[in-house]
Amino acid sequence: MAKRVGIEVSLAISEAVKQAKVDAIAAYPITPQTHIVEHLSELVADAELDAAFIPVESEHSAMSVCAGTAAAGARTYTATSSQGLALMNEILYIIPALRLPIVMTIANRALSGPISIWNDHSDIMGARDTGWIAIFAENGQEAYDLTLQSFKIAEDHRVLLPISVNIDGFTLSHVIEPHEFIDQQEVDAFLPEYKPAVQLNPDQPVSMGMVGIPEVYAEAKKCQDEVLKNSEAVVKEVFREFGEKFGRHYQVVESYRAEGAETLLLTMGSVSETAMEAIDRLQDVEKRSVGLVRLRLWRPFPSADLLKAVTGCKTLAVLDRAVSFGSPGGPVASEVRSTLYGVDGAPYIASFIAGLGGRDITIADFISIVDQAESMAESNENHQYKMIGVRE
Amino acid sequence: MAKKFNEMAWHEYPLGFMVTEPGCAAEYRTGDWRSQRPETDKSKCIKCGVCYLVCPEGAIVLAADGTYDFDLEHCKGCGICATECWTGCISMVEEGE
Repeated sequence: MAKRVGIEVSLAISEAVKQAKVDAIAAYPITPQTHIVEHLSELVADAELDAAFIPVESEHSAMSVCAGTAAAGARTYTATSSQGLALMNEILYIIPALRLPIVMTIANRALSGPISIWNDHSDIMGARDTGWIAIFAENGQEAYDLTLQSFKIAEDHRVLLPISVNIDGFTLSHVIEPHEFIDQQEVDAFLPEYKPAVQLNPDQPVSMGMVGIPEVYAEAKKCQDEVLKNSEAVVKEVFREFGEKFGRHYQVVESYRAEGAETLLLTMGSVSETAMEAIDRLQDVEKRSVGLVRLRLWRPFPSADLLKAVTGCKTLAVLDRAVSFGSPGGPVASEVRSTLYGVDGAPYIASFIAGLGGRDITIADFISIVDQAESMAESNENHQYKMIGVRE
Repeated sequence: MAKKFNEMAWHEYPLGFMVTEPGCAAEYRTGDWRSQRPETDKSKCIKCGVCYLVCPEGAIVLAADGTYDFDLEHCKGCGICATECWTGCISMVEEGE
């Protein structure tokens, strides 16, 4: 295995994109995604990456160009963040409907307003129902590994769907971490050249983006949702192959010291690493029965694996880093409640929202979440969600 | 196309709802969207073909005598032909109940 290199996570992601030998990149720079696309444009300018780098005037155009290059059969990459993702929104829906396997990094950042450049998950939650596969990385190595794996997942002919790799803005994007890079030869063996199932080709014309009259529209949507749900099996297959080849193993739902724990925390993204520290303290110092479950795959939602991971616990404290305005819980908590509804012996579910707009979530915050969740479970408190660290 | 989209189950749909055979829109009867239909007073028709050129649906067909007929299975009743007709021989008539 290659030696470890200290490098900024954004640059490690660019390296993965280069090693994936993408054909086309269309992107618009936005904080905190900027370093990724800046570096990619340098790699293309320096002829280290033989790809078309297409500068555009907005993210709406970026995603539209990506639709075109992917439809023409090019391995296509883009990256964005926050307002940029919001501006792409209209085109985001069209990509999976056309079955175009684009890979996009989202450096997760809060949405305006107030204007915030800092990290939370409100951007991806706004794009939740667009039909993209969504995966979360917890650190730089994962961001690099998952970027490579995403091309393989997206381009599998059983999938042919776009995928977003979510990395927490600044917390990951701007941090220098040690990364193990995979040799190009091994990347090539793992990720062969993209073979489109159908592409725009004057010799065999096809029409993409058709009108669906009421008599045919519902079937198209049913088909799209089934393909997205079935992609979970391919995600697992690719994770398994990657683990066998490179020794770094990924699961759609990850657990940390969770076996037999009475209380479980559930997190998503880089904050999971802080949560692990909190679990260590709770188990080793305070001798409490608390474990951690981390959601890696957000869409399609891995219901069966989640159910397995939390079966047997009494209290489940779910952390959200976004507000679903007017909803009875955080967006992740709502999915978890829906998954566990009516399940025999299901745990008490407490929904917490924290870390909005870049506010830190500390080990003490996690311990407070566990304390509150256990006491709420004790009294079977009827609640929607609780916001952690908000001034009352 | 072997089967029309509106005869297919969801799992029979082609990848990405793509159309691989050109011209298949002709297979769908879209004329029933229409609320008005065009009618021609052929005595005034000068066989200029303007209606044929401006029809956005290709729903105007050349008749044997050089005048033009309407393909009412696909005409959506937009009325462009009636507006553009040089002699005013096309009029739009409300579809009956």
